[in-house]
Amino acid sequence: MANFESGLYYSESHEYVRVEGEYGYIGISDYAQHALGNVVYVDMPEVDDEVTAGEEFGAVESVKAASDLIAPVSGTVVEINESLDDEPELLNKDAFANWIIKVQLSDPSELDNLMDVEAYKKHCE
Amino acid sequence: MNRTLYGNLIFELSKKGRKGYSLPQDYDRTHTTAELPEALRRKEAARLPECDELTVVRHYTNLSHNNFGVNDGFYPLGSCTMKYNPVINEEIAAMKAFAGLHPLQPAETCQGALEVYYNLQQSLAELAGLSEFTLNPCAGAHGELTGLMVIRAYHESVTVPEGSPEGSHEGSRTKVLIPDSAHGTNPASAAVCGLEVVEVKSLADGTVDVDHLRQLLDEMGDQVAAMMMTNPNTLGIFEPRVLEITEMVHKAGGLMYYDGANLNALLGECRPGDMGFDVMHINLHKTFSTPHGGGGPGSGPVGVRKGLEQFLPYPRVTRPTPDPSRQGGAELRIVTAPANERSEALPLTGERGEGLSIGSFFGNYGVMLKAYAYILSLGRENVKMVGPLATLNANYIKESLKDDYLLPIEGLCKHEVVFDGLVDKSTGVTTMDVAKRLLDYGYHAPTIYFPLLFHESLMIEPTENESKETIDAFIDVMHRIAAEAKSDPELVKSAPHNTPIGRVDDVLAAKQPVTTYWKSIEA
Repeated sequence: MANFESGLYYSESHEYVRVEGEYGYIGISDYAQHALGNVVYVDMPEVDDEVTAGEEFGAVESVKAASDLIAPVSGTVVEINESLDDEPELLNKDAFANWIIKVQLSDPSELDNLMDVEAYKKHCE
Repeated sequence: MNRTLYGNLIFELSKKGRKGYSLPQDYDRTHTTAELPEALRRKEAARLPECDELTVVRHYTNLSHNNFGVNDGFYPLGSCTMKYNPVINEEIAAMKAFAGLHPLQPAETCQGALEVYYNLQQSLAELAGLSEFTLNPCAGAHGELTGLMVIRAYHESVTVPEGSPEGSHEGSRTKVLIPDSAHGTNPASAAVCGLEVVEVKSLADGTVDVDHLRQLLDEMGDQVAAMMMTNPNTLGIFEPRVLEITEMVHKAGGLMYYDGANLNALLGECRPGDMGFDVMHINLHKTFSTPHGGGGPGSGPVGVRKGLEQFLPYPRVTRPTPDPSRQGGAELRIVTAPANERSEALPLTGERGEGLSIGSFFGNYGVMLKAYAYILSLGRENVKMVGPLATLNANYIKESLKDDYLLPIEGLCKHEVVFDGLVDKSTGVTTMDVAKRLLDYGYHAPTIYFPLLFHESLMIEPTENESKETIDAFIDVMHRIAAEAKSDPELVKSAPHNTPIGRVDDVLAAKQPVTTYWKSIEA
């Protein structure tokens, strides 16, 4: 069964944001990695790229399907998780520990549009 | 297969200097590359396998025994319409009168071939309820691209009413509405055509969310070039509000595109043209029995409603209106008229005009021959049986399996049924495992993990070809696998066991694909 981590913000398309100060770590939920199956490739933006809430910023490819990554919040990419280049399976091992991009939030009020863990759990039922 | 002797790969059998031919002694002197520019000449020999003829024949004959096609057994690959390709199709396509034609032959020397093209496009137009088809596109997605180019050309041709804001023209319609359950080729084709994809949501039962569509049309209706739809949709469900949808899009000034991937469900029962579609493609290699898999060749004719014919690509085959003063003008025959009258006198002309062209010549002509043979073999009465029988077979499977396999959408399906894995998922047996286990029982696997609306999609399309005995045997095996998943889950999870190659590591294959083989070349 999928794990759900509290304290994160979740989107309907199964991305999460972990907020630390003015930064947000964006990844996919454990539920999402479970549904995708074995991840074989993660397509990530580059540092300094802008991401916009509701728009695609990359993709996760598994043996089943390729799925777009939708940015839950807007901001500037300050770091990408480079270890996913060689080991995309890290997303299967621990989706919450292995975030995909770190962004500097440009509009923290966007977080209000996202779900807390309880609402997200319901969304996944 | 004797793998030690005849190898997995032809390269493994290569022995330096071995060959299956001998050339005249002075061959090298008479055949030289010296005339070619230096830059185009090879510096070293191509690394090709070197084998004797018998070894080559045994290698490939043995490999062919590992193949599985519709002629070997049941092939319920959902969304692919794996029909039987009747032998007569092959016989006709192989006729020298067709197979020996050159694409640049003058029209008067290939009237018969042009007549097949002309008649097939007319048959398709009648079956689809549209005005005219081009048969030139070489596959379904190629047809989608062609259809969208037709739509774009249409919008660009429409004059803007006076008083419109400056700079606006119908050509500025650049958005294509596509349901989120659509085949992946739909958005891909729209993107290749330079159009922008806007996703329309589906309801829980997989049909178009008409309220969301209305909202999108309110927001951006004047920018909508077209909406692409498959009916029945990817879940095999008929869109009950299709007439309303086509009317809404037309009212906004957009055209309706019908993706013919699922046409088999409707063949002989209802027609896309009557539902309000303006442009569509048909996969001859699905609905009209011609073989596919292994990369083709396919054929994706594109049809249009009345008023859009002029946007179809070239070359075309036309039949000039017969001149009543000229005897036998409508007859198909080789006309040896003087050169200046030739084109007039010819009943069929291959036009190679300016304008849109989407491939080479008339496309995959051999496929058209097979499709035409199929239509004529069935005849008008029997073609009406195709959709209903395909639908009956799919529903029979659906009702027979729904106790063991999770049916996410109750009610009638059309030509295919989608399950969401096993009902009992407690032992961890997945759709992938079920599909692999089917191979052990001599069946081709259904389509898995598509459509993406469910996590464990298992999509079965039996087609109208199969006997009740075949379908019953398949149902029995599916029940048996469901029972095995309970009693001996490891057996299913490690399947297949009876195939030449067992469970492959698809993660490794995706992460580190090896697509070339060099190892034994130098040996």
